[in-house]
Amino acid sequence: MTIRTARPNRGHHFRPRTHCLKKVDAIVVEMQDPKNGVKGSEQKLNVTTIPHAITGSNIIAWIGNKMKTTTEEAQAFGTMLVAYGYIYPLQNHKKLVMCNDSSLYRFQTPYFWPTQQWVPEDSDYGRCSILFPTCNGLELLCFKQAHYNHLHEWLNHKWDFIVMQATEQYKAGRDRNKADRVVFDCQERAYWIVNRPPVSNIFYQQAIMRSKVKSSVSLGALVKYITSYKNHDPFLAPCLPSNPWQSDHDAYWTLNMRRVEVPTKMRVERWSFSFFELLTDLRGRDDFKIFLKKEFSGENLAFWEAAEELKWGTASSMSSKAETIFKTFLAPGAPRWINIDGRTMGLTVKGLDHPHRYVLEAAQTHVFMLMKKDTFFRYLKSPTYKEMQKKALNPEAHNFSPAQLEENARNRSPGIHPIILWQQEEEEKAKAATAAAPVDVKAVMSKIDRKK
Amino acid sequence: MRSPPIPEMATQEVQLNETLAHLKTESDTLKTKLEEERAKLHDVELHQVAEKVEALGQFVMKTRRTLKGHGNKVLCMDWCKDKRRIVSSSQDGKVIVWDAFTTNKEHAVTMPCTWVMACAYAPSGCAVACGGLDNKCSVYPLSLDKNENLAAKKKSVAMHTNYLSACCFTNSDMQILTSSGDGTCALWDVESGQLLQSFHGHAADVLCLDLAPSETANTFVSGGCDKKANVWDMRSGQCIQSFETHESDINSVRYYPSGDAFASGSDDATCRLYDLRADREVAIYSKESIIFGVSSVDFSLSGRLLFGGYNDYTINVWDVLKGTRVSILFGHENRVSTLRVSPDGTAFCTGSWDHTLRIWA
Repeated sequence: MTIRTARPNRGHHFRPRTHCLKKVDAIVVEMQDPKNGVKGSEQKLNVTTIPHAITGSNIIAWIGNKMKTTTEEAQAFGTMLVAYGYIYPLQNHKKLVMCNDSSLYRFQTPYFWPTQQWVPEDSDYGRCSILFPTCNGLELLCFKQAHYNHLHEWLNHKWDFIVMQATEQYKAGRDRNKADRVVFDCQERAYWIVNRPPVSNIFYQQAIMRSKVKSSVSLGALVKYITSYKNHDPFLAPCLPSNPWQSDHDAYWTLNMRRVEVPTKMRVERWSFSFFELLTDLRGRDDFKIFLKKEFSGENLAFWEAAEELKWGTASSMSSKAETIFKTFLAPGAPRWINIDGRTMGLTVKGLDHPHRYVLEAAQTHVFMLMKKDTFFRYLKSPTYKEMQKKALNPEAHNFSPAQLEENARNRSPGIHPIILWQQEEEEKAKAATAAAPVDVKAVMSKIDRKK
Repeated sequence: MRSPPIPEMATQEVQLNETLAHLKTESDTLKTKLEEERAKLHDVELHQVAEKVEALGQFVMKTRRTLKGHGNKVLCMDWCKDKRRIVSSSQDGKVIVWDAFTTNKEHAVTMPCTWVMACAYAPSGCAVACGGLDNKCSVYPLSLDKNENLAAKKKSVAMHTNYLSACCFTNSDMQILTSSGDGTCALWDVESGQLLQSFHGHAADVLCLDLAPSETANTFVSGGCDKKANVWDMRSGQCIQSFETHESDINSVRYYPSGDAFASGSDDATCRLYDLRADREVAIYSKESIIFGVSSVDFSLSGRLLFGGYNDYTINVWDVLKGTRVSILFGHENRVSTLRVSPDGTAFCTGSWDHTLRIWA
């Protein structure tokens, strides 16, 4: 790739950006002006009082005012200041973003600004790893283990010097008062979080403990997968009726659309390969739903679908979706109550107090495994599936003459635009949702009463 | 936030030295132990298992469509779930949506920056995402109205501190995963532009990523200039597996269809296969005659074939099990920069620095 210069370390990143960062320097200096800068004061963080801390909302307000931009743009610029290390968060060190609320931040000392052209040197990593020994949970402190080996080799000749530097800094640190020390530690820690070096030895420990599988087992599984799908791979076996790219005829696509009345034999066969295949092919999922309806056990799949929507939905919809799911599937006496073990139910309900994207993970996995290990196999043996297998189409292979192929090439069908298909899908989903929604008896009764 | 404990000054140096020595030995032991654990379970090679599998026949793969319209190097492309539409981006800042079957251009957007290195089609088919030297990833909703100015509805989603190298929607239009030259990957909420999770661990630019196809779909793999391929847990942001066997930058990573393995393509002119369950590299696809780097890799539907686009303008097709090259394809007049197999496996598309895209089947 020609846009990259051939270099091994990230230090070279700093050079091209100096031009714009010099402008940022000027703005950050202005922000710290005692009269016209960002309003700050002493803030309490846990038990310690931090001097000169500022809130995110004050920073964003100042930026918006100074640069005459919207709050959104100001917040974006603020996030850049945090990402480049000009300002650092006092809480939540790992997420380098500017939040428009009372989260606390401090200005980084200019010593650590990126424009100082100070490429973090390995000797600094070394010094840092000695200074921050044993604090669990802070990623920064894992550097010592990861880099130790590497650094010791590279810096052997400098090691005594490094230890001396570290002891000096430590001694000087002891002489400062507690608040200053906290601030200084914060600054240095913040700097390293922006410029962190990579993977730690804790990672190696976890890697050793992780369960691994014998090669014969995992490679055997790869071969099995290939063998099952061999006839379905258009590069290995012919598509029926023909590969649209080769024949210029799109019958293969129209026969395999989302909402065909009768699917093809190959498609139905694929549903039997794994539960995942059955679910990902929405036509197969429809068939599975018909089977579940007959068994009166549709709530598991409905819950799984709702949990998927929560997981992949917008951040703003999280709480409302979580509430609906709780009312429909988890609350005692819920209309579509799912039968999961007490412990999982307890954990899930507790988690719903503060809903987040993965709050339903445990329940969803439980339900998925239930369907995968039991319901799926019963489906494959059921009359629903067997009938589908019989009904399924087996199209004849096309046999176009060269003249016909030319004709096809001239009349390539445009198909249906995905936006239109998506709109149709949304309508269908809305219809299905109202049809499946539990009947609110009180509402119906009051309607009847009102009519009277 | 706790301050470190304060020992007596006199014993300070002794303690420091002891800690240092302890850390060093711990580091060495861990690495050796990991290799031992991996070796214990390695009871068979891939080509041994492949002996029982029948050989592949002859292949006739030809260029079925050539898409001309970009004014400069094509850098990236992605397929729509409808199996026939694609989005492509190029060095001159243009992003084009094509119906590859009819070769019609349906939409075109001019980005405010050059070198649009990443583009992706949304799962619904209603939007595309792209980005590059602007350090951002922006989402453009598509419209049925050909005359509508798509740039007006543009939404800025991701922001990095260096170029955007790859982007990919998750299972819905609502979240995007990005990788960047700043060494990180990140997960974003499209509607609000909020950073949901960031992934730190690469020591240099991250060049590529791919989302796992498995039923849990909670992991993804990334490859970077630090020669490492890392597997990440999307929920916690942790790197759960890491592989460092390539000898140069990893330009492309792609999951095997079952989600239990992934392939990588690198500037060291090799493609490699990594088995996630056994936690090791299981195959290297290389030839002495292949000297130029691999820019892009993808699997055929069954996982039996691995297609690689190379910087020497060719495409090499590998038998994943037996490790042999089954075909070499010519046609592009400059390096192949991007390669993706269509969602139903009926064809694959390549984009090249010769300004064109080709569909092969």
